[in-house]
Amino acid sequence: MSILTLREFHPFTASDADFLYLVPSAAIFQLDPAATAILARLGQGDMPADDLVRELSARFSVAELQETVEELVRIRAIGVTGVPQEPAVRQMPPPDFPLTTMVLNVTNQCNLSCTYCYEYGEDKIVDTENGKQAKFMTEETARASVDFMLREARDNRMAHLTFFGGETLMNLPVLKSTIQYARERAREVGKEVDFSLTTNATLLRPDVIEFLAENHVGVTISIDGPKEVQDQFRVFHNGTGSYEVVAPKIRELLRRHRTRPVGARVTLTSHDLDVRKIFLHLTEEIGFTEVGFAPVTTAPNRKYAIADEGFDTMLEQFRGLAGDFLQAALQNRHHGFSNVKDTLEEIHKGVSKPYPCGAGLGLMGVSTDGDVALCHRFAGSDQHKLGTVRDGIDRLVQIGFLEKHHIDDKTDCARCWARPLCSGGCYHEAYTRYGESAHPNLHYCEWIRGWTDTCLKIYGELAVRNPRYLEQFDDKVEYETSQVN
Amino acid sequence: MKHLRSINRKAGRIEKASGVGLPACHDDVVALQQGPPQQPPAAAHIPLGCTLIFSPGWEADRTGGTAGLCTPVERDLFDCHEGCFWPAQVPDQLNHAPNWTAKCASAQKDWRKIDLVFP
Repeated sequence: MSILTLREFHPFTASDADFLYLVPSAAIFQLDPAATAILARLGQGDMPADDLVRELSARFSVAELQETVEELVRIRAIGVTGVPQEPAVRQMPPPDFPLTTMVLNVTNQCNLSCTYCYEYGEDKIVDTENGKQAKFMTEETARASVDFMLREARDNRMAHLTFFGGETLMNLPVLKSTIQYARERAREVGKEVDFSLTTNATLLRPDVIEFLAENHVGVTISIDGPKEVQDQFRVFHNGTGSYEVVAPKIRELLRRHRTRPVGARVTLTSHDLDVRKIFLHLTEEIGFTEVGFAPVTTAPNRKYAIADEGFDTMLEQFRGLAGDFLQAALQNRHHGFSNVKDTLEEIHKGVSKPYPCGAGLGLMGVSTDGDVALCHRFAGSDQHKLGTVRDGIDRLVQIGFLEKHHIDDKTDCARCWARPLCSGGCYHEAYTRYGESAHPNLHYCEWIRGWTDTCLKIYGELAVRNPRYLEQFDDKVEYETSQVN
Repeated sequence: MKHLRSINRKAGRIEKASGVGLPACHDDVVALQQGPPQQPPAAAHIPLGCTLIFSPGWEADRTGGTAGLCTPVERDLFDCHEGCFWPAQVPDQLNHAPNWTAKCASAQKDWRKIDLVFP
């Protein structure tokens, strides 16, 4: 006698239909009434298949019920007790995994003194003032980095190069020469390089904007919102706010630079969690088409750190804005809340990640003197070094990192339904919070689950009411650079 | 499938792949089935060296060797727990301690989190 039991999934409702998000496969199925009834009954307790069918036979035919049970077993939404699930095979990435994105920290100096900065603030990892790292990357190191990138890209035709800082534009000469060198070298080896950068916008002079537009350089602007929000933390060394300086420059950039999308990247702090206000300012008043938000990375005791209630407020705000996104998507209109779009794409593909991001695998950060780190946020840290651009990657160190950070080893995540998408969260955030990059980011679990649920519901709504909208995620390039922040 | 509709791409792939072979609900604890001695289908779970199947257990394992004996502690920990009802030196999963290993995703690392069970 088979006793049926529920397996791992997250149920959700959208547009009056019932859905399952299966874990860990990340598949989404829509249920018919019989399937919903079976799952609801098994939710009250395990029971033999025959009893289950008998109990529900007043509402559905026996054949229908048996068929549905079989289908639910097949997709592993339910299982039989006493038959433990086959242990999932621990999947490690292949050893010749290509590098898709290299983040080049062309300088570790900055002309702003943002209070919360992870590179200069109280939670910094690397001493960029008196440390051994060069303050500016030399042309020679940049070239060696490009060679490294093209080598490590292996069979990929496309390589993404992102310039980062410090304030990236403080090393404009190297930025310019590197783009030229990368183009030439890529042509020689039959590849293409795509360029992007992140900047605080203070140094966007007309000639710089012209250069970025001409060279198709994707731009992400770090900006926190309207004047009172921006000037709270994004300040110059003397403490004056940067809004008045950057706003006109960004408007000029948006007016002139049309060859690539220009996105805004907002750091949220406990001081201002009015996401909608910030979004509307950046889109309608400044003119950005895409705005992404991320909570500040910090030790928990900082005044600007977002605490539990803050995450609740933020979730509420995100949900409100996500509602606007849904309305726009239902009418095939653009909406620039990029957090939703990014998540929808992952949901659509059904990604189930052993690692939260590509750091140390498809993405690496290079420090000013050519040390290769997990990502740009760890650039220059000896503890998180994978090699150098000149000598290549130390494979043993890399494998050790990948072994240690695999989701299967994050016990706290073992029973969480959101793990296919979250996978424990940002290594740098974990390192700052807990002093250990392999630690799951337990301080935002509720927020991640709440947000994932919201995005699943939006996905469900779209799947029922406007499925064609989702087709845009089908043909997108698998490894597109996302915002680096 | 008639009662479930695949929505995202992963679901489509699972639907395609799951059409192959027997549905998983036909797998059951093999040794509890009536009938003549039989070879279980490959997918079934066979608790090595456990009293659930005919096996001497203490002297030799089901293959006749000694690698799968139930005595060594490292085997006891998980194999005597999962799918087991037998009162043994580890808590059984079927009746008394279904969540005993809930906090243990990786035994090599998390074995300290496997706690005592107080009935």
